[in-house]
Amino acid sequence: MSIAIESLQLIKRYPGQKKEDRPAIDTIDLTVESGQLYGLVGPDGAGKTTLLRILSTVMEPTSGSARLAGFDVMKQSEDVRALLGYMPQAFSLYPDLTVMENLKFFADINGVSAQKQKTRIDELLEFARLTEFTMRRSENLSGGMRKKLALACALIHDPKILLLDEPTTGVDPVSRRELWRLLSKVIQQGVTVLVSTPYMDEAERCNTVSIINRGRVLISGAPAELEAQLPFRIVEVKAKPRRALRAVADRTEGVIRWRAVGDRLRLSVSDPAKVMPRIEAELKKDGAEISILREASLLMEDVFIHLVEKQEAQS
Amino acid sequence: MGQGFRRMATMVRKEWLHIIRDPRTLGLVIFMPVMMLVLLGYAVANDVEDLPLAVADLSHTDASRALVEKFTVSGFYLVTHTAQSEAEILEMLDAGTVKAGIYIPEDFGRRISTGGSGTVQFYIDGSNPTVAQTAQLAAETVSQATSQEILVQRLERGGAGLTISLPIDTRIRYLYNPNLRKMNFMIPGLVAVILQIQTLLLTAFAIVREREQGTLEQLIVTPVRSWELMLGKILPFVLVAFLNVAMTVGVGAFLFGVEVAGSLTLLAILSLIFLLGSLGLGVLISTISQTQMQAMYMSSFIMMPSFLLAGLLYPRDNMPWVAYYAGYLMPVTYFLEIVRGIMLKGVGLATLWVWVWPMAVFSVVVFFASVFMFHKRL
Ligand SMILES: Nc1ncnc2c1ncn2[C@@H]1O[C@H](COP(=O)(O)OP(=O)(O)OP(=O)(O)O)[C@@H](O)[C@H]1O
Ligand SMILES: [Mg+2]
Repeated sequence: MSIAIESLQLIKRYPGQKKEDRPAIDTIDLTVESGQLYGLVGPDGAGKTTLLRILSTVMEPTSGSARLAGFDVMKQSEDVRALLGYMPQAFSLYPDLTVMENLKFFADINGVSAQKQKTRIDELLEFARLTEFTMRRSENLSGGMRKKLALACALIHDPKILLLDEPTTGVDPVSRRELWRLLSKVIQQGVTVLVSTPYMDEAERCNTVSIINRGRVLISGAPAELEAQLPFRIVEVKAKPRRALRAVADRTEGVIRWRAVGDRLRLSVSDPAKVMPRIEAELKKDGAEISILREASLLMEDVFIHLVEKQEAQS
Repeated sequence: MGQGFRRMATMVRKEWLHIIRDPRTLGLVIFMPVMMLVLLGYAVANDVEDLPLAVADLSHTDASRALVEKFTVSGFYLVTHTAQSEAEILEMLDAGTVKAGIYIPEDFGRRISTGGSGTVQFYIDGSNPTVAQTAQLAAETVSQATSQEILVQRLERGGAGLTISLPIDTRIRYLYNPNLRKMNFMIPGLVAVILQIQTLLLTAFAIVREREQGTLEQLIVTPVRSWELMLGKILPFVLVAFLNVAMTVGVGAFLFGVEVAGSLTLLAILSLIFLLGSLGLGVLISTISQTQMQAMYMSSFIMMPSFLLAGLLYPRDNMPWVAYYAGYLMPVTYFLEIVRGIMLKGVGLATLWVWVWPMAVFSVVVFFASVFMFHKRL
């Protein structure tokens, strides 16, 4: 397997950041193999945008290096740009141009031949389901349609590597699913995709995930691997009244932490076999009515919360 | 090159779309010059002193020297050049090195000493009416005072000084702007101002807008080179600026009767050179501004002093020396002299060369510096 994206000891300190502050990107080593769907997961301000900007040659790192398909992002930026598609976090197409004009502009500026454009533009319009909206100005598109147009523009010149910064943020659930469907099509065509997202459930769709927080990679690996590495399991409880349930979760021994998800609580526990009976007893003692009490599968979100709390505790 | 040219053409096409999609701005851009023509038409008057004066004294007599002395003592004039003929004085006026000239013919001294009347030819650069009017008044006052002195001397000598006519007959001729119309002074100035404002502001805005919109981030990852991007952004505005110059000159000619005396081609070519520098400044501003607001302030910071110091509203001749020499740092100063020279005096490149080369050097340096400094990075 060849390596599509690689960063070494990457550091980025913004001009506004003082020497004693933690830089926005703090020594990141990243390796993405060709043909992968690679996820960068992290909360707000983790450094996802900064990292993607450096990899896409938009911004220069303070130190360290990065290569895309073997080309250095600093010294060989033009070679990198030729095989790169990039979709920034913020909407970055021309609002006063129509869907078609935007597509044509990015096709022309990327040197896509007129002959090739004919088929490629139709193909992408179809792919993004924008065929009926070609004459509409992009400022008048819905959030989901804008993202799809931006994706189409990023794909216009058949890039080998695609960098996407939070493609599904601010998009309704239906469009979100559609965008992921589009991404899987792109992957099938052999494109390497590096995508950032704040959503854990999206991370689970990736081949490999790196969890980043405060400029550092906390852990990387396949989602299943990461879940298996956790030193705890999850117990799911639903009971009424909820106040009693919370009180029990707080005081029961062996519960490391808990969080509410929908109408139930997810408890992180060291040993479910020991803790579950205790909880049941406590809840009954308080007169609560239990409807669900079972061990649940680990989610990326649990991995993430665990790692972030660990990092926060360390610093 | 072929690829690069195509990418630049793509940028130009896109920029055109932005221009025509925003009719309000376009309207403002096109009608601003006419508005300014009317607004700035009411120029502010000013005092005159130490106007550079060229003297051609062919008489070489005490009488002629006394007359010149009187001009100097008056404080209105400063003899900066001497000449040997009327033609030479005219040349200096053409080049703008002096604002007035006095020609004293060979027979002046003889005529005065024989009790006759000597004729003196006085020239005033009328391009700037406020200066010219004061200069005329000063010249008349000086020659009359001198005449009276000579008369008194003659009477004291008790000679046959019974001639009533004044001994010195000063003939004043206005050059370039015989009717002393302010519009003649303002319109060339406006051409310079419009070119400067339009190109500087519009280019700065056009580039900063891409930064604000976030589209610059998207452009950076395309293969477009810095200079293609710059030229693509700039060219449509060169066209707009030329349209504006044509409109101003047209309105000047048809509405205010200010005809272009010199070559339109030369005016266009030299304007283009000036534009280059202005566009370059616009690009420089855009590279250091994050928002259109910042670009706006930065532009005013450059434009305000350049208009004040270049002599658009106030003649530079009357400025304190600091302001006077600071004016030489502004490319508009040179361009203003060039436009006035071509439009009012009808002079050619040879005469204008002293103004052309510093402007050309400035433009080329700024333009290439700006393209060089514009990095395709955030
Ligand atoms: N231009 C800048 N100047 C100074 N600091 C910056 C700048 N841009 C980002 N930062 C800081 O760098 C850190 C990383 O920001 P970045 O935008 O990369 O995070 P992110 O993971 O993309 O967050 P989000 O989910 O909000 O998009 C943050 O602490 C942010 O405040
Ligand atoms: Mg971000």
